[in-house]
Amino acid sequence: MMYQYDEIDKTLVKERVDQYRDQVARRMRGELSEEEFRPLRLRNGLYMQLHAYMLRVAIPYGLLSSTQLRKLALIAREYDRGYGHFTTRQNIQYNWPNLEDTPDILDHLAEVEMNAIQTSGNVNRNVTSDPYAGVARDEIEDPRPYCEIVRQFLTLHPEFSFLPRKFKVAVTAAETDRAAINVHDIGLRIVKNDAGEVGFKVLVGGGLGRTPFIGKVIRDFLPKEELLRYLQAILRVYNMEGRRDNLFKARIKILVHELGTERFTEKIEAEYEASKSDTRLLMDGIEEDRIRAFFTPPTYESLSDDAPDVDAEAAGNPAFADWLNRNVVAHKQPGYAIVNISLKPMGEAPGDATAEQMDAVADLADQYSLGHLRVTHRQNLVLADVRKQDLVALWKALVALDFATPNIERITDIISCPGLDYCNLATARSIPVAQRISQRFADMKRQYDIGEIRINISGCINACGHHHVGHIGILGLEKNGEESYQITLGGSSDVDADIGKRIGPAFASEDVVDAVETLVNTYLDIRQDGERFLDTYRRVGQDPFKERLYAAY
Amino acid sequence: MPLIKDGAVAEDSWTTVGEDDPIPGGKAVIVGLTRWKDSADDLSGHNGPLGVRLKSDEPPELIAKDLGRFDLIALEFPNFNDGRAFSYARLLRERYRFTGEIRAVGDVLQDQLFFMRRCGFDSLELKEGRNVDTAIDALGDFTVAYQPASDEKDAPVKVRDWASN
Ligand code: SF4
Repeated sequence: MMYQYDEIDKTLVKERVDQYRDQVARRMRGELSEEEFRPLRLRNGLYMQLHAYMLRVAIPYGLLSSTQLRKLALIAREYDRGYGHFTTRQNIQYNWPNLEDTPDILDHLAEVEMNAIQTSGNVNRNVTSDPYAGVARDEIEDPRPYCEIVRQFLTLHPEFSFLPRKFKVAVTAAETDRAAINVHDIGLRIVKNDAGEVGFKVLVGGGLGRTPFIGKVIRDFLPKEELLRYLQAILRVYNMEGRRDNLFKARIKILVHELGTERFTEKIEAEYEASKSDTRLLMDGIEEDRIRAFFTPPTYESLSDDAPDVDAEAAGNPAFADWLNRNVVAHKQPGYAIVNISLKPMGEAPGDATAEQMDAVADLADQYSLGHLRVTHRQNLVLADVRKQDLVALWKALVALDFATPNIERITDIISCPGLDYCNLATARSIPVAQRISQRFADMKRQYDIGEIRINISGCINACGHHHVGHIGILGLEKNGEESYQITLGGSSDVDADIGKRIGPAFASEDVVDAVETLVNTYLDIRQDGERFLDTYRRVGQDPFKERLYAAY
Repeated sequence: MPLIKDGAVAEDSWTTVGEDDPIPGGKAVIVGLTRWKDSADDLSGHNGPLGVRLKSDEPPELIAKDLGRFDLIALEFPNFNDGRAFSYARLLRERYRFTGEIRAVGDVLQDQLFFMRRCGFDSLELKEGRNVDTAIDALGDFTVAYQPASDEKDAPVKVRDWASN
């Protein structure tokens, strides 16, 4: 169900922690200046934030065991202020660790086969994937063995550890894109060709930030045994040719853009051809099989897909019915379900979880979901292997934890970056805006009437809150010492990915929630049958929204 | 400047000569790419070992045809963030089959040395003032690695075996 470290993994992580402990000691003794220490700590996930250090821990492709989650809770309790923040890239962040404690935190993580290697800096970051991987009905095969292979390949890579800029890879095997592969430096989609062979569609150069791009397809079908060789070719060309003269132009998306997709693809293919005599990276199946064995499906009970108790409860209990409709998803195994845990109760900060909540969820994972859970790109958690007959009991337990808000993919299921409350790059607050929107739309009936809509909020142009790909995107800016919020419409990170367009002048902080409400009301007035907000917007364009929005101010 | 070679402090027998400096006969000299391009013919008469120094925007492709002429290639790191030369070193070893010495010069951090060795560098010139002993220790920071690189034959590390051969 999950990759387990062998001697090589264990040794590597341990040696990395030792190396880092030595770096911290050198820093504390004054042998390293902050300037020299900076690139070293960054490679181990330690940022300097507004008020304190922030430690970012990787959750590879979002998969966690209950043991690991309990460890994350312990770290929150003992080394932080009792909570952690789940991010859009399947990491968890701690906002208040002490520098001198960080090596011990890494030791704790190593005990449960986790680490903070390469969670920041100009390196390959955590490999992310579909939170429903392995259980989704719409996937070709489980993408996680490949995520793990890529994770290992890119960890402490001797050639690619000083790239022009950070580098993010996402993998999916499903029709619905829950991993946002279109906005990653490399997006890999597992596909089948006409001959029925499995391989990868390769996208390069997606990304948000100040110059957002949707990734370009440079290969429709890459045989899967060629994966690492092809990745090496992309990274090598990027390492040698990516811009290093301007931080803002250093991501691979700019290289793709400046060369043009065709020319860029030629370069990759040429490098790939030239490295063909080197067969060491050709996956011959042995290592692949070793890793795949960790992800063999659990032994499911043979259960009927009908769950009369669940139906009965839903018939008599609207709150349960709402949750069942919204937060529970079909599982590929009959009699099982995928359960989303909303980390967005009304009015709370998206993605935050306290140590107590983490412990409680770990217990629920043990009791109801084979001891595992996943972290999603939209900052929620997922119990992926729940027996349908347990759904009522699980729901009650989640209600008690305030984790049963039935708002998945609804207007209060907001993505938000930490923003000005924590981040020293921020130009405005983002979490409080999310909270205010959440309060404004707290009425569940209204949320269901509005239907599927995605609001994403970033506290600055760096776009960690993925505002460009929100159906409604909100970007916090600062003008003459005042926070203001720019709104974009029409973005998406799904298979219909697109970058949202700016609707007009920014709004003052006190007006931004009203503006969102005006947009939503406009949609409600003009939508046609079955249209989501995004569909209506794409049909009618900006004008009707713009008119209403700016007439009001 | 302190030089580390084969995991130990070493005497530097090479002299780097500037654009217009005379070439000392019989000595081991390193010239810049421009000098090589401008006066390859003159330099071919040099009766000592010859090296060339490439800046970080000068890929080895530029000297691919001349590689047989060099005993040493120095790859420059203008600052530790500029990782281009890691790729250059691997290309020199694995694609161009260069068997001479590859030397890292410039702003090199001790925490990069392990990676450099894996990419095929065999000598490292530290910046004046850097601690040589801790740098040599840092070469042994890791005893394992996940991916094959250019250090296969005398791999100091145990490498995850991706493939059959
Ligand atoms: S978008 Fe800006 S404010 Fe938000 S986390 Fe990223 S850098 Fe910080």
